[in-house]
Amino acid sequence: MSSITYGKHLFARSRKIQRQQTRVAYLFLLPALLFFFGFVVFPMGMGIYTSFFNYTMRDFDFVGFANYAELFRDATFGRSVVNTMIIAVASVPLVMLFSLWVATVIYQKPVMNRSFYRGVFYLPVVMGSVPVVVVWKWIFNRYYGILNWVTQTLGITQANINWLGDARYAIWCILAILFTTSIGQPIVLYVASLGNVDASQIEASEVDGASKWQTFRHVKWPSLLPTTLYVAVITTINSFQCFALIQLLTSGGPNGSTSTVMYYLYDTAFRIYRYGYANAMGVVLAIIIAAFSTFQFRVMRTDD
Amino acid sequence: MQKSMTREQRNMRSPYMIIMTVLLILVSLFFIFPFYWIITGSFKSTAELNIIPPHWFPMEPTTMHYERLFVEPSFQWLLNSFIMSLISMILVCIVASMAGYVLAKKRFPGRVAIFSLLVAAMALPRQAILIPLVRIMNTLGLHDSLWAVILPSIGWPFGLFLMKQFAEGIPGEMIEAARIDGAGEVNTFLRIVMPMLKPAFGALAIFTFIIVWNDYMMQLVMLASRAKLSIALGIATLQAEFGTNYGLIMAGATMGSVPIVLIFVLFQKYFTQGIALGAVKG
Repeated sequence: MSSITYGKHLFARSRKIQRQQTRVAYLFLLPALLFFFGFVVFPMGMGIYTSFFNYTMRDFDFVGFANYAELFRDATFGRSVVNTMIIAVASVPLVMLFSLWVATVIYQKPVMNRSFYRGVFYLPVVMGSVPVVVVWKWIFNRYYGILNWVTQTLGITQANINWLGDARYAIWCILAILFTTSIGQPIVLYVASLGNVDASQIEASEVDGASKWQTFRHVKWPSLLPTTLYVAVITTINSFQCFALIQLLTSGGPNGSTSTVMYYLYDTAFRIYRYGYANAMGVVLAIIIAAFSTFQFRVMRTDD
Repeated sequence: MQKSMTREQRNMRSPYMIIMTVLLILVSLFFIFPFYWIITGSFKSTAELNIIPPHWFPMEPTTMHYERLFVEPSFQWLLNSFIMSLISMILVCIVASMAGYVLAKKRFPGRVAIFSLLVAAMALPRQAILIPLVRIMNTLGLHDSLWAVILPSIGWPFGLFLMKQFAEGIPGEMIEAARIDGAGEVNTFLRIVMPMLKPAFGALAIFTFIIVWNDYMMQLVMLASRAKLSIALGIATLQAEFGTNYGLIMAGATMGSVPIVLIFVLFQKYFTQGIALGAVKG
C-alpha cells in the first residue's frame, strides 16, 4: 500500500520535472525559432501565397495558377532552366572527379603541405564571388584580357575572341569560373573522409600485391561513397543557385543565352517588378532543389 | 638509408607521385592566378594595364587607383561588411548553441517535429525567399540597413546542426553532476556546455563570418544607398559605373578580398573542421 503511494508520488514528481524540462527546452529554443519562423518559414509561406497573384508595384490580384502556366510558355524561362541544367550536369562530374583527384594526391603529403593546398583550392571561395568575377571579366576581355594573348601565343586561336559576348563561348566561361569556386569544399570533405579509411586495410591490400587502382577501387572507394553522393548534391545545388557570376559577368546575355533560373528570377523581380511571377519561379526552383536534397537525406541518413 | 625510409617517404619519391605533384602545382597556379592578378593589377598604371603582351608584374607601381578608390566611401563599405559579418557571427553562435544544446541533450514533446522542420528548411534554396524577405524588411523599416542582411542570416539553421552534432558528444553525467551540485539551467549551459562546445564555436564563427561577408545576392537586394553598401556591392557598383577602368576595379577587389583571405588563413583550422563536421553527417 505504502509502496503504491510512494510510486504515485514519484510519478507526479517526475511529471513535474518533465514539465519544467520542457519549459526550459522551449526557452532555449525560443530565439532560434523566432528567427527561423520570422525569416525562413514566414517568407516561404508568403512566397508561395503571392505566387498565385498578379503582384507588381501597383496590382495585387488573385490569378490562380496563371503565373505557373505562363512559366511553361515563357521561352526565356525555358532557356534559363536548360542553362541551369547544363551548368549542373557539366559541373557535377567534373567537380567530383577533380576534387577526388586533388584530395587523394594532397592526402599523401605532409600535414603542412596538405593544408597549404587545401587553402589554395579554397581561395576562390573565400575571396568571394565579386572579386573573382571582376578579375575574370578582365581576363576574358576581348582586347585587354590576358586570355586572348595566352591562347594566341600558344597558337590555339588566331584572332581576338569575344569570350563573354559570343553565345558559343559565354556559358563555358561561366562554367570555368564556377568550377574554380566549387571545388574547395569537396576537397576538404574528401580529405576528411580519406582520413576515415581504415589504414590497415590499405596496408593489407598493398602487401597482397594489389595495384594502386585496385586498392583505390576496392578499399578506398566504398568508404568514400557517402561523401561522393554528398558532393554531388551540394554541387548540384550550388549550380542551381548560380547568380553572382551571371549577373556580374554577362547579365544573362548575349540574348538570354547565359540566363539561369536564379538570374531570371532576380531580373523579373527587381528590374521588371513582377513579384508574383518571380515568386512562382522561386517555388519551382525550390521544388527542384528540394527533390535533390530529399534524395541526399535519404542516402545520407545514418542516424536520428 | 634506403631501408630506413618509411612507406610515406617511398610514396613521396615514386615517379607517380612526382608527376602528380607537378600536375597539382600547375593546377594550383590556375587557382592562385586570379588573386595574384587582382593585387598586381591594382598597382599598374592605366597604360600598363592595357599593354599586350601583358606585364606579369607592375614595372612602375602606382597607387593612383587607390587614391581614386578612397574618393568613394570605400572604407565605409569595408566597415559595413565587417559589422554585418561580426554581428551575424556573434548572434548565430549564441542562438545556435542554445538551440543545438537542447535538441541534443533534452527530451521534450515536439523535439522530433521541430528538428524535422529545420532539416526540411535546410534543403530549400535561400534565394527562393528573397523577394518576401525584402518585403518583410520594408515593413519593418529595415530595408537599406545592415540589419536587413544580418537578421535573415541568423534564421538559417545550418549552425544549429553543427552545434547539435557537437553537443551530442557532451557526456550526460557532466550535465547531471552540475544539476546535483545545484547549478540552474542557465548556469549549467554557461559553465559546462559552452566550454565543451568551444571547437564548434570556432568553426561556426569563422564559417558564418565568411558566408555573410560573401553573401552578395542578399546584400544586393537589401542595401541601396551608397554609404550603406558592403565592399562586395561596392566593387560591383564600381564595375557597373567604370566598366573597363580595371585598375580602379582591381583596387576595390584587393580591398574586398585581402582582409577576408587573411582572416581565413588565420582561422583555417577551425574552418576546415567545421565543413568536415557539418557535412560528414549531414
